[in-house]
Amino acid sequence: MANTKEVRKQIASIKSTQKITSAMEMVAASKIKKTQNEMQLGRPYSEKIKEVISHIANSSSEYSHPFYEHRETKRACFLVVSSDKGLCGGLNINLFKQVISKSAELNAQGIESNFALIGLKAASFFKSVGGDVVANVQKLGDKPDPDALIGLTKTVLDLHRNGEIDQVYLCGNGFVNTMTQEPKVEQLIPLPAEEKDELTATHWDYIYEPEAQDLLEGLMTRYIESLIYHAVIENSACEQAAKMLAMKNATENAGDLIKELELLYNNVRQAAITQELSEIVGGAAAV
Amino acid sequence: MSTIKVSIVSSSEEIYSGEGTMVFATGSLGEIGIAPGHTPLLTGLAPGPVRVQNGDDEKTFFCSGGFIEIQPDLVTFLSDRAERAESMDEAEATKAQELAEKNMLDKESELDYTKAAAQLAEAAARIKTIQKLRKNK
Repeated sequence: MANTKEVRKQIASIKSTQKITSAMEMVAASKIKKTQNEMQLGRPYSEKIKEVISHIANSSSEYSHPFYEHRETKRACFLVVSSDKGLCGGLNINLFKQVISKSAELNAQGIESNFALIGLKAASFFKSVGGDVVANVQKLGDKPDPDALIGLTKTVLDLHRNGEIDQVYLCGNGFVNTMTQEPKVEQLIPLPAEEKDELTATHWDYIYEPEAQDLLEGLMTRYIESLIYHAVIENSACEQAAKMLAMKNATENAGDLIKELELLYNNVRQAAITQELSEIVGGAAAV
Repeated sequence: MSTIKVSIVSSSEEIYSGEGTMVFATGSLGEIGIAPGHTPLLTGLAPGPVRVQNGDDEKTFFCSGGFIEIQPDLVTFLSDRAERAESMDEAEATKAQELAEKNMLDKESELDYTKAAAQLAEAAARIKTIQKLRKNK
């Protein structure tokens, strides 16, 4: 049987771990508010740009954009949004599983996949799994900067423009509430066709200044960028929520372990005393 | 008096949402004035002040590049970065301009020229907005 000193050491080590996990839980809890707030602040822009895009789709525009064009698919690109840090439960791995299964599904149809990755965790995962990675952005921090995503977006859109990829999927965690996050794989390009409202769809069109093509090109790029940025922000809110939950569980588990070990400690101590006593009694009887 | 619905949004927040009788902005091809009932127009937004008039009340905002969408009853500014002109600090803006100018002169610097030029244009537009605001006061 273990001796008391060993058990005491174990208890002390678990207690210090518990302190760390509970501190991390509190940090995550305070960050959730900030990231959620940022999600709220970013929403008006995504809503407005979506409105503008749907207006354009409803107008009888002289120019149709390649992002709406369905072409024969040979290659798809997965844009995977992950966190930079671990210790957030199954958040990242659940998403990666979904990405891999979608990629396998496409592979069965003869469609190859490549990946554009945001976040350290995705980078290390796809490095170990193997996969054709075309772009990578890491260490965005708690307050992701939209500028940091421009390069990655451009790489992906350029590949699409050159015909090297035909579909783009945006993969990230969706924030349902603090307890639930949902991994999502959504088609980004080709954009799902906007429903034309037959009643209001009269034959009008914008005046474009300067050229329609340049303007729509820019606007579409901004739209895609805003969707990606929103996914990053949402994922970072998910990360904090998942981290809080994981750390809460860890703290509770540490508490349970400590209870069990304390019981064991008392048992061991009692057994030692009993043994000593019986030895003394046995010794006295022998004399 | 008829009004037009104005919304100014940047990628990180909503700057203004409300009614206006007249809106002035800098489009990519020059200054435009937008009155209610304007024909549908889609144009680029150049860095500069956006003025929203509602009767006698006038508000000024600073927008960096982006897009303007105009419908007869609404106008939407999609700015990469926008802020209330009142909150802008001229000293900050001048500092940004100096930095941008320095970057442009510094050929050794790895910063590419186009980026520096864009920064400079934005800083200059910012200063213009502040000065316009001062004059009006």
